[in-house]
Amino acid sequence: MISTKAKLTLKALGTVTAVALAMASPTLADGHGGKVKVGLITTLTGGGAGLGVDIRDGFMLAIGQSGNENIEVVIEDDQRKPDVAVQLADKMIQSEKVDIMTGIVWSNLAMAVAPATTAQGKFYISANAGPAQLAGKGCHENYFNVAWQNDNLHEAAGAYATQAGYKNSFILAPNYPAGKDALTGYKRMFEGTPSGELYTKLGQTDYAAEIAQIRASDADSVYFFLPGGMGISFLKQYADSGIDLPVVGPAFSFDQGILQAVGEAALGVKNTSQWNKDLDNAANKAFVETFQAEFGRLPSLYASQGFDTANLILSAMAKADVKDADAFRAALKEADFESVRGDFKFGNNHHPIQNIYVREVIKEGDVYTNKIISTGLTAHQDVYAAECKM
Amino acid sequence: MNTLLLIEQILNGLQFGVMLFLMAAGLTLIFGVMGLINLAHGSLYMIGAFAAAAVAGWTGNFFLALIASLVAAAIVGALVELTIIRRLYARDHLEQVLATFALILIFSEATRWIFGSFPLFLNVPEVLKGSITLPGGIQYSLYRLTIIGIGLAVAVGLFLLISKTRVGMRIRAGENDREMIAALGVDISVLYTMVFALGAALAGLSGALVGAIQSVEVGMGEPVLILAFVVIVIGGIGSIKGAFAGAILVGLTDTLGRTMLPLVFGSFMEASAATTVGSALASMLIYILMAGVLLFKPTGLFGAT
Repeated sequence: MISTKAKLTLKALGTVTAVALAMASPTLADGHGGKVKVGLITTLTGGGAGLGVDIRDGFMLAIGQSGNENIEVVIEDDQRKPDVAVQLADKMIQSEKVDIMTGIVWSNLAMAVAPATTAQGKFYISANAGPAQLAGKGCHENYFNVAWQNDNLHEAAGAYATQAGYKNSFILAPNYPAGKDALTGYKRMFEGTPSGELYTKLGQTDYAAEIAQIRASDADSVYFFLPGGMGISFLKQYADSGIDLPVVGPAFSFDQGILQAVGEAALGVKNTSQWNKDLDNAANKAFVETFQAEFGRLPSLYASQGFDTANLILSAMAKADVKDADAFRAALKEADFESVRGDFKFGNNHHPIQNIYVREVIKEGDVYTNKIISTGLTAHQDVYAAECKM
Repeated sequence: MNTLLLIEQILNGLQFGVMLFLMAAGLTLIFGVMGLINLAHGSLYMIGAFAAAAVAGWTGNFFLALIASLVAAAIVGALVELTIIRRLYARDHLEQVLATFALILIFSEATRWIFGSFPLFLNVPEVLKGSITLPGGIQYSLYRLTIIGIGLAVAVGLFLLISKTRVGMRIRAGENDREMIAALGVDISVLYTMVFALGAALAGLSGALVGAIQSVEVGMGEPVLILAFVVIVIGGIGSIKGAFAGAILVGLTDTLGRTMLPLVFGSFMEASAATTVGSALASMLIYILMAGVLLFKPTGLFGAT
């Protein structure tokens, strides 16, 4: 909960430059000489810290590999509290004079920070949260999302559930913007009728009441979106309840950071993600290898998103000066970098158009992890793009 | 909603309630005897859970892990009392809140340094896995039933300790008149350390029991701490009996509210709107309960007037 103030300079992480050279990121020659200051606000302490730590580590890994000395990153901890995030953002924009803000994990925090940032003429590049409000009517020319629009992974899960022949899933999510996006997304692609729909408290850890309702319902499957510790609690309690309905979820409930804490309760569960460590492309192989070498653990999808966000910023820096907002924006929009998820481009609303895969939880040696079993949705774009006037 | 589901939910509420009681008992004892507001009580809960996860990972034995949680939290509690808390008794509540809040930060960061930012693994032991069928055909988790049993046993034990033993007599005397008991030759500082360690041990035990079915992570104690404060305010600060009644009341209200309210609203509203309104109101319910109790009994249900 301490507000860790850490100004990391490039040198701190500049250990793997050889790999960076091999990856030939287009930032080696910065012809524009413009320095860029990035403000990274994320959750580094308290509940949900694992997610923020992964985003930060992925982000700093890419910066370190680039060897680019013209980028300075200021890192602050939001403690998963909207009020803290807003204060930090104000400080970063007004006294630190950052050019770009990024890093926020949670949609309710992003809703408090991103619109205020773009309103002050700065760029906000989301490495995770993608609330519907910012993808549709509320889209902004200076707002980019590298990860996904919140609905995306849930839409893929709905499509998968339909394909798997489920007719009436029981669905639940926390009561906050991303939770609503989740259930909306699932229902959009799910052709059956949900037998029950529940919103739980954000940060809730006991799901006995919800599990009892699942048991009493006539559902043939369960879909849940509970990121971080909430998902661990739910899965352990669900496994202990003796209900054996199949479970489907988005990658957030089965990411690398939490699978070890869930243990065998997660084995065999199908989940949807835009990224996995076994995606076969050169950038991803190098990323997984160097991340593991640097931090001694497997990267999660959050780490991959942090890594891509940094590479997107670096790719734009190679083409334009951040002080020339129009040129820099155009350079960002091109997304001219090797994404670890393979093909990647931005739609009109600056949200990704990308493949979403179906993964299965497996055990490799002693480590629980995911493997891709099929492609859920191909070159998928969010539905809100049509409402965005850009 | 059928009767079976209702009974299952009542059991869930009861289980949540006894869990809260283990937290609230320590909090209310410490406040009652020493007059100290201890915000770091949630950290002791977390320490219990981490100690249990570490020992379970190391030995593979859940019962050793439970003992470790008790011992670790009690030792940390006693050390903190001896070095820091002791200096706070004479200060006013604001300074106590500031100092114990600082302790939360220190404990959270220290735990993160030692164990890392990622949640730890702690699972229900093999023998308590799965569910059993209760009379009437109710399927209920054996582990949760065990938690109810342990919680009730602790409640009875605490009641006997306070009402029947010499230590309990001193604790009650300490609550009533600190100066007099010191004048009678009782070493009040030893008594304080004991009470603090006892409260800490209960919090640690509660953390370990809950850790097996939830996620063991840094910051897990604070949400529970808030609920524990609600419990002791409802029950009457300083009263063990009040903490028990308050905990069960809060547990039942929260669990039943979460399941019933969306159904109630569903009877006259469109389904998805009912879910939204119902779950929003359910999360406020215990605070409404607290406000209601305070309106009629400003000192809480069993509070001294």
